Amino acid sequence: MTEVHQGRLQTPFYSRFRAVDTLNEWHTWNGYTVCNSPYCADLEYFAIRNATAVFDLSPMNKYRITGPDAGAYLDRLVTRSVSVLRPGRVGYSVWCDHDGKVIDDGTIFHLSEGDYRLCAAGRHAAWFADAAIGFDVEIDDETADVAALAVQGPTSWSVLTRAGFEGLESLKPFGLIYTELRGRPVMVSRTGFTGDLGYELWMSPEDAGAIWDRIFEAGELTGIRAIGTDALELSRIEAGYLAPGLEFLPADETVRSGRSRSPFELGLDWLVDFTKPNFNGRRALAEEQRRGSTWRLVRLDIDGNKPAHNAYIFPRESRNKSDVGFVTSAAWSPVCKKNVALGTVRQPHGLPGETLWVEIYYQREMHWQRKMARATVVEGPFWAPDRRRLTPPSPY
Amino acid sequence: MKRYDVVVVGAGHNGLTTAAFLAKAGLDVVCVEKNDYIGGAAVSLELHKDWIYSNCSYVCSLLRPEIFRALELHKHGLQITPYGGSLTFMQNGDYFGSYHDPEVKYREMSRFSRRDADAYKHYAADTQRQCRFIRDFLLTTPPDPTSFHPRDIAGLLDIGKRFADMGEDRMYETLRFWTMSVADYLNEYFETDVIKAALSGSGIIGTALGIHSPGTAYVLLHHYMGDVDGNVGAWGFARGGMGAVSNAIAGAFQAHGGELRTESGVGHIRVRDGKIAGVALENGDEIDADVVVSAMDVKRTFLDCMDESDLPAHFVRKVREFKIRGSSGKLNIALDGLPEFPALPKGSTLYHSDMHFIDSMQRMERAYDDWKDGTWSQDPYIDMVIPTMNDPTMAPPGKHFMSCFVQYCPYEIDGRAWTDEERQQFADTVIDQIANYSPNFKDLILHYEIRTPADIESQIGITEGNIFHGELTMDQLLFNRPVPGYAQYRAPVDGLYMCGSSTHPGGGVMAAPGANAAREILKDLKYANTVPENFGDD
Repeated sequence: MTEVHQGRLQTPFYSRFRAVDTLNEWHTWNGYTVCNSPYCADLEYFAIRNATAVFDLSPMNKYRITGPDAGAYLDRLVTRSVSVLRPGRVGYSVWCDHDGKVIDDGTIFHLSEGDYRLCAAGRHAAWFADAAIGFDVEIDDETADVAALAVQGPTSWSVLTRAGFEGLESLKPFGLIYTELRGRPVMVSRTGFTGDLGYELWMSPEDAGAIWDRIFEAGELTGIRAIGTDALELSRIEAGYLAPGLEFLPADETVRSGRSRSPFELGLDWLVDFTKPNFNGRRALAEEQRRGSTWRLVRLDIDGNKPAHNAYIFPRESRNKSDVGFVTSAAWSPVCKKNVALGTVRQPHGLPGETLWVEIYYQREMHWQRKMARATVVEGPFWAPDRRRLTPPSPY
Repeated sequence: MKRYDVVVVGAGHNGLTTAAFLAKAGLDVVCVEKNDYIGGAAVSLELHKDWIYSNCSYVCSLLRPEIFRALELHKHGLQITPYGGSLTFMQNGDYFGSYHDPEVKYREMSRFSRRDADAYKHYAADTQRQCRFIRDFLLTTPPDPTSFHPRDIAGLLDIGKRFADMGEDRMYETLRFWTMSVADYLNEYFETDVIKAALSGSGIIGTALGIHSPGTAYVLLHHYMGDVDGNVGAWGFARGGMGAVSNAIAGAFQAHGGELRTESGVGHIRVRDGKIAGVALENGDEIDADVVVSAMDVKRTFLDCMDESDLPAHFVRKVREFKIRGSSGKLNIALDGLPEFPALPKGSTLYHSDMHFIDSMQRMERAYDDWKDGTWSQDPYIDMVIPTMNDPTMAPPGKHFMSCFVQYCPYEIDGRAWTDEERQQFADTVIDQIANYSPNFKDLILHYEIRTPADIESQIGITEGNIFHGELTMDQLLFNRPVPGYAQYRAPVDGLYMCGSSTHPGGGVMAAPGANAAREILKDLKYANTVPENFGDD
C-alpha cells in the first residue's frame, strides 16, 4: 500500500516557474506549491498594468458539470440565472447555503450546449453532490486534468495573437472560444482577476509547457513576465473583486454565527434572480430582501497614503462612537495613486457617497502610529480602463 | 471680447497644473502655449515614424502623488511604471550594477568592497533623513523669514522644529549636507571609485556644477526625494512618454472647463496702473484678465515679456543675476533593435535600468572641466535609458527608443553660438562613447535628434535650456527661490504670479510649483482651496 503524496503538489507549469524564479518564495494553494513572487512583486504588478503578465491558476478548483439537466442543476445551485448564459459565454456567480449565506463565488463556463465548467477557490464536491439530488447530471472534479494560465495586461491580446492564437480579435469580455496553438487544443476565455484586458487559457497538462514556451517567445519583444500571487492580489483589490476568506468566509465552514455574508451583503444583488422558481437559499434571501440585511460591502477611497490594513471603520472622526465595521483588504493603488480598501460595515452605513472614517495603524521605525483618515464610499471598481472592454482590443 | 479670470502663460506641466487647480476651484481659465503642441519639456513627439520620443524630460519620480491623486490623472491616461536599477560600464570591461532588490544590490556592491556594501545602509539612512526633512516642504509655500505675518512665523517655526527634532549631531550634519559637495559626501561613506562615480551622477544632473562643487550634495537629494508608490528614490517612466504627464494634467484641466490655446505665444504681459491687465500674444491678439500666471522661467517672464519699468529695480537686478546656465544636452535615438553590451550578461534586468559610462570620480570632474572651458565634455556623463524596454507603446515590437541625457553641454561654445558642425561633433561624441561599449550600436541607429541647451531654449523657451529653470543651489532654494522676498509665487505686480520651476521647490517634473502657486492664487482671490496637502510620513 502506497501512502498518499506527502509533499506539495506541482502544477503543470511548475518547471517553467522554477526556471524564471529568482527569489524562491513559495506558498501552498489548494495543495499545490505556487510562487508568491518570482523576482519582484512591484515589477510583476506593473507587467499587469503595462505589458503582459502570466499567472498560473492551475490549482483553482475546476468542476465539470454535464448531463441532460446540467443547466437546470446550475440554476438550482447558484443564485444567478444560468439559462441566460449561452454556450461560449462565461458568468460570474455565487452559491449559497439554505440560510442564503454565500458558500463561495466562481465562474461558470458554458463550454457547449449542456456542458459546463465551474471554477472556484474552495472544494465543493460534497455540496455540489447534495445539491444534485433529483437532477440527471454528472459532476467531475477536473482540477488536476486541466492546466490553466492567466495572460493579463494591455498587450496580452497582441502577445497571444503573435503566439499564433486565432479568433481573439472578436472575442468579447466573458466570451470563450475553442482554438489551438500549433496543434495543441486550448480553450481561451476573456476573463481574469485583474480588472484589465486579459485572457485565461485552459489546456491539457501535457501541453502546458509547450504553450507556455510559445507565449513567452511571442511576448519577449513587448515585455512579458511571469507573476506570483502578491502582484495578482494588488490588481485584484484595484479591480474591486472579492476574495474568499477576506471579503467573505465560506458559509459551510464558518463556526461562529453572524460571520458569514449573503449576496446582498456583498453588493451582489444583481446576481440574485428571484424569477427562478427555486435555488439554494432562495427562501432565506427573499426574507432578507424583505427585512433588510445586516452588513454591506464597501469600496473605500481613503485620504492619505497609508494603507488601512485591518482598520476599524467609524461613522465619525471621533473614535468615541463605536465602530460600524472593518476593512477586509487594503492597498495603495499604484495605478490610481489612491489609498483604497474593501470593507464590511453595518447597514444603513455604506451607501455610495457616505463619508466614513478609518483608524489606520502604521509602523515607522519600530514605533506604531495611529491616524483617523476620511474614507469615502465609492461605487464600482477603482481601476476600470476602457481597454478592458474594447473589442477588438487595442494592440497595447 | 471674452474676459477670463486667469491667463496661464505656458502649457508645460506646471502651467497646466496651476490651470487645472484654478479651473477646479471654478475660475474661468485659459492656458496659452507658443508651440503647436502642449507639454513644454514634458512632451512626447513622433520624430521618426512609429517612434514616440520623450525628447526633453525622460523619467519620472518626483511628480507628487498628492497631485496625481487630486487631479485623478489615471482617468486621463497617465500611468507611471517604475524601472528600477542603474548601471555603470567600466573601462576595464567590468560593470557596476545597482539593483532594485536589496539583497542583490548588496551582493553586487560586495563584489567591489564588502565595506562599501555594509556602509550603504549608513549612506541610505543619512540621505533618507535629509529626504524626510525636505519632502514635507515640497507642497508648501516657503515662509518669508523677514515677514512678521503669523503664517510665515508659523512656517519658520515648523522648519526650526523639524530641524531641532533631528538632534544636535544631525543638525550639524544637516547644515554640512546642504552646503557640501557630492564628492565629499560620498567620500564619507565609500572607498570604491566606481561606486562613488555611479552615485555622484545624481549630484550634477542638470546643474552647471561639478562633483567637487559645494551644494551638489543637495542636488543629489533632489533626485532622491521622489518615489514611485512609496519606493523612495525610485524612478519610473510615464507610459507613452513624458507627454502623458502633460496630456493627463491638460485632460483634468479641460474636464474642469479650462480652455487651451496652442500657437499662442505671449509677446507681452500687460500692466496698467500698476496692475495686471492681461497679455498680448505674438500673433497680435490680446487677452484681458485680472490675473496672469507665468509658467515660463523668471528671466523669460520678467526680462523678455515685460517692461522692466513696470517692475521694481531691485527685483529686476535679482532676476538678471538668477543663475540659469545651460549645462546639459540630449541625444534622442530611434534604434532598429536592442544594442548588445558584451560586458552585460544577456537577459540581465540591468537592460531596464539607467546606464552610464563614467567609472571614476576623476572622469566625472574632467567632464565638468570641459564645460568650464566653454565646450561640451569630450568624455561625457551620459544618463541613458531605453524606455521601450518597459513601455510597449513607444516603438514597434523589438525596436527601441533611447534617451541620452548628456552632461555637460554648454549653451554657447566659447561665448558664441553653436555651429552645425559643432552640433554634429557633440552628437558624435555621445555616439562614440556608447559605441565603445556596444559594437553593434551604430548599425542600429535609424534616426537621432540633437538637443543642445540652445536648441532646448529655442524650442521650449527655457532660458539657456536649463532643465530646472535655474540652479538648485542653496542661494536659489526655498525662500530664496527665485528671488529673496518673492518666493511665495507672487510677482511684484498686482495680479501677476509665477508657477514655473524657477519657483520653490524647483524642477524635475514635480508639478509642485504649479500646485503651490495655485494655492496662493486661490487664497488671494478668496476661492476655496483645491490643492492637496502633503501626505507626510509622520
